[in-house]
Amino acid sequence: MLRQLHKYPGLIASLLVVFLALSGVVLSVLPALDRAGAPAVPATGTDVATVAGKIAANFPGIEHITRTPSGKVIAFYYKNDQPMSSLIDPATGKAIAPYDRSKFEQWMKSLHRSLFLGDKGRITAGVGAAAMLILTLSGLWMTARRMGGWSKLLSKSRGTKMQRLHVDLARLAVVGLVLSSFTGIYITLATFEIIPDGMATPPAFPESVNGGATMPVDQIDALKNLDLGQLRELVFPYPGDPTDVYTLATDTGDGYIDQSTGEMLTWQPHSAIQQIYETIYMLHTGKGLWWLALLLGLASATVPVMAFTGIVMWWRARKGRPRIRANQGAQAADTIILVGSEGGSTWGFARTLHDSLTKAGHKVHTAPMNSLKPAYRKAKNMFILTATYGDGEAPQSAKNFLARLKAFNGKPDFKVAVLGFGDRQFPKFAQFARDVDAALESRGWERLLDTDFIDRQSTQEFNRWGRDVAKALGEELALEHVPVLPRRHQLTLVAREDYGAEVQAPTSILRFSLPESGLLARITGRAMPKFEAGDLVGIIPPGSNVPRYYSLASSAKDGMLEICVKKHPGGQCSGYLHELQPGDTVQAFIRPNPDFRPAKGKAPVILIGAGTGIGPLAGFIRGNDKARPMHLYFGARDPKSDFLYRNDLEQWLAERKLTGLNAAFSRVENRSYVQDIIKQDAETLRELINNGAQILVCGGRSMANGVMEALEQVLAPTGLEPATLKAQGRYAEDVY
Amino acid sequence: MTPTLGKLALTTAIATSLLPALANARPVTLTTTLNNYGGGGAYLVIYVTNAKGVYQGTLWMAGTHAKYYRHLLHWFRATRGNLAEVNGITGASVGAGRTFKITLDLPDALFDAGYKLRIDAAAENFRESPSEIVVPLTKAGAGKAKRGRTFIKSFTYSM
Repeated sequence: MLRQLHKYPGLIASLLVVFLALSGVVLSVLPALDRAGAPAVPATGTDVATVAGKIAANFPGIEHITRTPSGKVIAFYYKNDQPMSSLIDPATGKAIAPYDRSKFEQWMKSLHRSLFLGDKGRITAGVGAAAMLILTLSGLWMTARRMGGWSKLLSKSRGTKMQRLHVDLARLAVVGLVLSSFTGIYITLATFEIIPDGMATPPAFPESVNGGATMPVDQIDALKNLDLGQLRELVFPYPGDPTDVYTLATDTGDGYIDQSTGEMLTWQPHSAIQQIYETIYMLHTGKGLWWLALLLGLASATVPVMAFTGIVMWWRARKGRPRIRANQGAQAADTIILVGSEGGSTWGFARTLHDSLTKAGHKVHTAPMNSLKPAYRKAKNMFILTATYGDGEAPQSAKNFLARLKAFNGKPDFKVAVLGFGDRQFPKFAQFARDVDAALESRGWERLLDTDFIDRQSTQEFNRWGRDVAKALGEELALEHVPVLPRRHQLTLVAREDYGAEVQAPTSILRFSLPESGLLARITGRAMPKFEAGDLVGIIPPGSNVPRYYSLASSAKDGMLEICVKKHPGGQCSGYLHELQPGDTVQAFIRPNPDFRPAKGKAPVILIGAGTGIGPLAGFIRGNDKARPMHLYFGARDPKSDFLYRNDLEQWLAERKLTGLNAAFSRVENRSYVQDIIKQDAETLRELINNGAQILVCGGRSMANGVMEALEQVLAPTGLEPATLKAQGRYAEDVY
Repeated sequence: MTPTLGKLALTTAIATSLLPALANARPVTLTTTLNNYGGGGAYLVIYVTNAKGVYQGTLWMAGTHAKYYRHLLHWFRATRGNLAEVNGITGASVGAGRTFKITLDLPDALFDAGYKLRIDAAAENFRESPSEIVVPLTKAGAGKAKRGRTFIKSFTYSM
């Protein structure tokens, strides 16, 4: 435990930040409570001389009068040589109640700013404020990057539930947190006199005073002209000391008044530095600004939630990346491996390469592509292993690579080999690896090997590439990649419906029961995770270690797991699944796909799919308990053979889970495709999209492209484009 | 507080300003116990004035942040906040209810010669308490407890 605490100082920093935020939340309500308890002061005509005179008459042992930022007037006096204090009604100068500083407030404040540890605690709290500021600003920057630029900072958040919660709370709280942490740092620095607060030097005490009898306080001109609202403190002369003075502090300055002449002997207006400090102090504490204090308190209340979600997300990302053993420093290594990965599988290949090169006696440094250094002093060879994200974009761990490449010092002494990972079914197969290749080419980097590609994580292809590497290095190198897969769960087939055999498209809806899991398994995360329709299930056919992914047609709350599988000629996994009979089991794991599901709310949803692409769409309709408008556009071959979910769809229409059903069939008379029915229904679609509809498309790549073109035509009169909707998160595709 | 610090106090503050020789000095223990006034640590400054009330020198400053010294009103007026007066004789502030004890080598010449020992006190959110303690330095007065107005429950010097 201790070791882990030591290992993850970030966790300690977040505990500190959470502690500061929570104690700050408690303190934030105090100014409002204080304000609620302040007696109403007559708005005008209340001058300090009058009020002080009344108080002095009631309290002969008066020592000083204070007005708090919330407007309370407090008299401090001695009675029978005992120090006393009372809350005063300014109208009468009489005590309303004894005044005691709240012990709780004192305690809480002391805890908040010093953890009861004196100066060490103050420094710790200051460091905590700095950590909060760094977290807030870096988080803001990451959010902007994730959203696709500062201009899109406020657009709809995407990702898992946890990611959305984190980002949504952060955007609400960011201004308050920046304000609280910045002012907290400023106050700490001022406490340690690293920056001035302008209060160290009070006005010079007068060289001489009149020395005569004390003038009653209500006759002093300087106080007659001073509104009570301006007063901070009036200290009476020390009794029996003719050399003492009235000491006055107001909102604008400090001064001394001769006790026998009533003349202002010295007056020192507040310096700009002091005004800045006081403003910052007020912004931090909300003293005198109770509504600001409450807003800052609300912002701080989000911090524990963000710390929790942040740590969980960090932990998940970490778990998704295999541990690299014996990783060398960037400047000590002779071999550099850079990884561009989105989901984490490329890291597995990088680790295999790392381990076998290390075994061969190399000093190997493996890092994300984003951490490309401007130079590698001892490197002889560099390997760049990268996947591609989405439509030819850089994956998460390589987003900054091309920008950082521009900052690389000249032409390197080492040789480089690029290996791209992708899926040949996509038109932009391994596009990012090609972009990296072109960027290196234009900068004249020398090659160890020509850029090569791995299709669908094939271990055979990777091992073949390993032999090429060994040949180029002139060394023995055995690359034996065994992919690291997530924890798998055993699913049992309970039912299957077969379609499409007559139209040469044998397709089955397979329904599996979920494994039972005990409480312990759920707590320790060993149980099968929850899933939604549209998430993916990875299934590993026997004799293979490469999973195939299928879109889920059910959610965990349906109590079963359902997929649609079309049998591909020679398809290893689809063939295996089509052989399954009820009672047979498969090994499977869940991969979340949070960007492909209906957004929250009541806006209409347009579902477009062909063939097995109807699977997740059927799952969405099945889960539409609130009967929001859902319109399905479905393409198949023949209504008599492969109209998947036909009976279910009719039932869902009757239950109003489904609003509209349009189907196109390509192997009948008057054949049509799903693109055609989209164009035919253009008017309805335009109206739905104008009403904020979201579009979800699932199916083959060529169908998805056809749908996109059809929608472009449909939307042309509205001035909208599918690309715009995509950027807004209102157009999502799940294609294969 | 350690006695060695007390010696340091003497050499830096009093000895330079007040007295020519250390020859006839004796260890004097100052004991200050605070009330449970229910606030954070109090700043205390212990200093000496002559019979006319004119500042002579500082014995000890309890409180490390110089920016708060202005709240020790009479001391601050007398010294104009000159930090050289407390250089090397500064320690931590004193918590509510705590006892602060320090032993200093004080010259015999300070006693029964009209000098007064004074303590100014202040704590955050509480009234400033200048000259909270004012006691004449006499050999006969040693061991007699004195009560302050706000913060100090009892103060004694003994030798």
